[in-house]
Amino acid sequence: MIYSAIVLLPLLGALIAGLFGRLIGDRPSEVITTAFMLIAAGLSWFVFIETGFAHDATKAAIKVPLMRWITSGDLEAAWVLRIDTLTAVMLVVVTTVSSLVHLYSIGYMHEDDSRPRFFSYLSLFTFAMLMLVTSDNLLQMFFGWEGVGLASYLLIGFWYHKPSANAAAIKAFVVNRVGDFGFALGIFGVFFAFQTVSLDEIFRQAPDMAGKTMNFLGYDVDIMTTLALLLFMGAMGKSAQFLLHTWLPDAMEGPTPVSALIHAATMVTAGVFMVARLSPLFEQAPMALEFVVLIGAVTAFFAATVGLVQNDIKRVIAYSTCSQLGYMFVACGVGAYTVGIFHLFTHAFFKALLFLGAGSVIHAMHHEQDMRKMGGLRGKIPITWAMMLIGTLALTGVGIPHVGGFAGFHSKDAIVEAAYAAHTPGNYAFWLLIVAALMTSFYSWRLMFMTFYGTSRADHETYEHAHESPPVMLIPLYVLAAGAVLAGIVFAPSFIGHHLAEFWGTSVTPDKDIMHHMHEVPEWVFWAPFTAMVAGFGLAYLFYIAQPELPGKTARTFRPLYLFLLNKWYIDELYDFVFVRPANALGRLFWKGGDGAIIDGTIDGTAASVGWATGKIVRLQTGYVYHYAFAMLIGVALIVTWFAWPAGIVK
Amino acid sequence: MIITTQPILSIVTFLPLVGALFIATLPKAAANNARWVALWTTIVTFAVSLLIWANFDASTAAFQFVEEYEWLGPIKYKVGVDGISMLFVILTTFLMPLCVLASWQSIDERVKEYMIAFLVLESLMIGVFVALDLVLFYLFFEGGLIPMFLIIGVWGGPRRVYASFKFFLYTLLGSLLMLIAILVIYGHTGTTDIPALIQSARLPADMQFWLWLAFFASFAVKMPMWPVHTWLPDAHVEAPTAGSVILAAILLKMGGYGFLRFSLPMFPLATEQLAPLIFVLSVVAIIYTSLVALAQEDVKKLIAYSSVAHMGFVTMGIFTVTTQGVDGAIFQMLSHGIVSAALFLCVGVIYDRMHTRQISAYGGLADRMPIYAAFFMVFTMANVGLPGTSGFVGEFLTLLGAFKVNTWVAVLATTGVILSACYALYLYRAIVFGPLEKPALKLLPDLSAREVVVLGPLVVLTLLFGFYPAPILDVTAVSVQNLVAQYEAAVAGAAKAATLP
Repeated sequence: MIYSAIVLLPLLGALIAGLFGRLIGDRPSEVITTAFMLIAAGLSWFVFIETGFAHDATKAAIKVPLMRWITSGDLEAAWVLRIDTLTAVMLVVVTTVSSLVHLYSIGYMHEDDSRPRFFSYLSLFTFAMLMLVTSDNLLQMFFGWEGVGLASYLLIGFWYHKPSANAAAIKAFVVNRVGDFGFALGIFGVFFAFQTVSLDEIFRQAPDMAGKTMNFLGYDVDIMTTLALLLFMGAMGKSAQFLLHTWLPDAMEGPTPVSALIHAATMVTAGVFMVARLSPLFEQAPMALEFVVLIGAVTAFFAATVGLVQNDIKRVIAYSTCSQLGYMFVACGVGAYTVGIFHLFTHAFFKALLFLGAGSVIHAMHHEQDMRKMGGLRGKIPITWAMMLIGTLALTGVGIPHVGGFAGFHSKDAIVEAAYAAHTPGNYAFWLLIVAALMTSFYSWRLMFMTFYGTSRADHETYEHAHESPPVMLIPLYVLAAGAVLAGIVFAPSFIGHHLAEFWGTSVTPDKDIMHHMHEVPEWVFWAPFTAMVAGFGLAYLFYIAQPELPGKTARTFRPLYLFLLNKWYIDELYDFVFVRPANALGRLFWKGGDGAIIDGTIDGTAASVGWATGKIVRLQTGYVYHYAFAMLIGVALIVTWFAWPAGIVK
Repeated sequence: MIITTQPILSIVTFLPLVGALFIATLPKAAANNARWVALWTTIVTFAVSLLIWANFDASTAAFQFVEEYEWLGPIKYKVGVDGISMLFVILTTFLMPLCVLASWQSIDERVKEYMIAFLVLESLMIGVFVALDLVLFYLFFEGGLIPMFLIIGVWGGPRRVYASFKFFLYTLLGSLLMLIAILVIYGHTGTTDIPALIQSARLPADMQFWLWLAFFASFAVKMPMWPVHTWLPDAHVEAPTAGSVILAAILLKMGGYGFLRFSLPMFPLATEQLAPLIFVLSVVAIIYTSLVALAQEDVKKLIAYSSVAHMGFVTMGIFTVTTQGVDGAIFQMLSHGIVSAALFLCVGVIYDRMHTRQISAYGGLADRMPIYAAFFMVFTMANVGLPGTSGFVGEFLTLLGAFKVNTWVAVLATTGVILSACYALYLYRAIVFGPLEKPALKLLPDLSAREVVVLGPLVVLTLLFGFYPAPILDVTAVSVQNLVAQYEAAVAGAAKAATLP
């Protein structure tokens, strides 16, 4: 009952606001959706405590069947809610951030004239996300997966008058579909190999399937590796990993609360959740896990490099998200799934905080997002500044090894340690993450310095009118700030520490060795991310406070590199050249050449000769039935000839 | 039950014809009366057809509600339905009232004749799905061409002559081959009784090969499969809205139904042999026509090309001859019947207001027409195959079936899910989103009550069957399993026979 309420209340809210929003008015729509979300969040915390802390570690997941769905032969997929610790963690993350974002949006969107639609989409998104995290079979997961994609598409394109927002919305949907192409094939493959899509059944059979091969595209391949890689392709799309990341920065076209909810805290982490959820399957595919590490590490590094030079405040945070998701995948790839989920958990708080803080800045600056036109805002919006500061401290991982620190410190440093303990070739994953940590620190402080410090670069009027946000927007910031400070130190023992086994129960299958070894790395490894964090801060201080002329100089000196980063490694341009243009060109070619010249050319030729033969009749009788009759005669004649030919009647 | 003793299938089949006769007796000026008679006829037909569903026994694969009368010597009038055909009858009767309503205002010339043509067409279409005699089937199958031909040719757009002629030439060539094949079957077995042929026809393998090809020629054009699909975009563009709806929603399904009713059960050996051909054509259809759809500037052409791509999933699913593949193919046909009908009706809504089909003539309709925007979004997402809409279930099941049989086919066909997102969202964006700048669009009214009545049920069904497809899958399950089992037995039997000394 309580579980169904958590999932269905957001749906109910979405339906009420979506169908009757214009009837009941703006304010009731906001209040109803927000209230439902708050109830769902309260219930989720209850479930979280009950499942994670007061529950027998060997107990199986709770199942709540809702309804039949697709039944065909031996395929059985029903609507079922599955509740275990992993799900409970996600429930808490999703409903908490979602309810805070709902609340915040009441203030942020107060000038918009289609608020019921906005709140309806937000709640719809939350419903789809909850269906995803409570799924008990791959099909329902796919439903949630594509459902959040739909909500993301609707919300990115919420301001549909803006062509750039429409383009970004379509791009997000299509790039995600590329990932879903892999996910779908993964599901087909799983059904082919296991004759089921039910998670428990797959997990039960997975160990027996290890090392077996199947024929895929003409090659004999390892089943588990292939399936894991295909499924991971979906994760790459949803979590904006390198090569399928291009949609995420563009998604910033959507309203800022959307970025905080969907493109920072929840939807983009679905890929990480998927890998953790399917950990019994991924554990049987070591090669696929190596690939997960590679993609994660490369993304963490790549996105951080691009984040260094972006000027749009939201895009900096977007690349930061992309990069942090890379960290989570590295953790999962080395077998430390719980560490990855822990970072997902803490990241949700501080990244939502940063986005909503950025929204507060943008709100104050009358929808200006370019940091080059900000500066000196600390005195104008002190609360926002303080909240952003907390977010930055959490993201950069401020803390003292062996003692404690902000949320990001606990989770990110654990990932770095796990990466070291995993001994990737040349320890590349570890080093990429350390460099990324340095860059994270640099771009985060760059953002703080450019926005809040120095002298204002905004036009006088905007600066003078900059004002602090109303309480309805600040309260969510306080809650998230509390999470950014405390989530690490409070929950580390359960998520990744001594109580790990009792906390997670059977919901995740971590690699026991890595969880052990990560605590036994050399002492300098503990201090490496700390050093990188301090160095990043120092560099940012040097560039943007001590010697503000340095960034321009550096950009001029290393112009090609600067442009390379500014243009996001030119990946968008590459895709445009390799996929988009050829697809359009092929479409035209097939249409005009294939359908037009070749196929219709042949048909029209035939038609013309028939027309010529029937010319007289057509002129006499313009009714089309006569065409039919005449063509039928011709057809009969042809067929008789064709039959008669081999018989030797016609020579 | 009383109902099983009544000739209910014949009643449903010929009710529309009775309505048509009644309209014919009306005075010439009575356009409005013709509309009302047509509407009530189609509604009553639909209501009666629901009795078929209500009394249908889903636990057997046998034909039900069978009626058999002596007719032309060896050719009998025999009708009946099973899990494969029953829902197509319902789909037909369900869509007809909507078609009449959709034509309420947009057709104002020769209304009487128009309604007669539609009612006759309805009888013939239902006949196709209930016929249990080869010749009877052929008559309905071909007869349907004539009213459709007239609907395009008389009430169509400016290039209707070219379009209807092309439509004709294509479909005719195929059907003639089928007629020959029917005669050959009769010559060989001495019967045209479909259940008997399905049960016990053991045609020699080489004969199966040629017969399969002859039927294929007809069904491939109807589907339509690549490369004999080019009549469809032209026919759609020129046809009036309700014509497009029927064309896309029902006439295209006759091809798929034909494959299931004849090719698989009667020519299993040939099916096994020629399935790769179908796979190739299906995959080409999915990729090629999706790319072509991307390049379209005319709303109806875009949707027409997308139909061809969707029918590619159907043919692929059928010829996997797996439970999921065939279930999926039937579901996809029914879902496409709802969704494509809805999409063409959506086009009709704006065409009635603006009288242009150029995509570039629209933009920003969400401002003036929010209800329309919401409805159109549901159908766009169903067209894209989003889970939670009916479009997903069929597509997913056919691909699942294909993966079992051939991973290349599955992988290539799955690219269709990416491409469909591209063209469908492009269309939606161009029409509904963007700034509302064009002066002519600024005064457009949102959906009228009549339009809501037409589109509303389609929205409900699209979502209902997306979340709860069981009513359809339960009806088809047993018949499909029987079909697949028979096919496998026939193929295995042949293989066994081949290994004997």
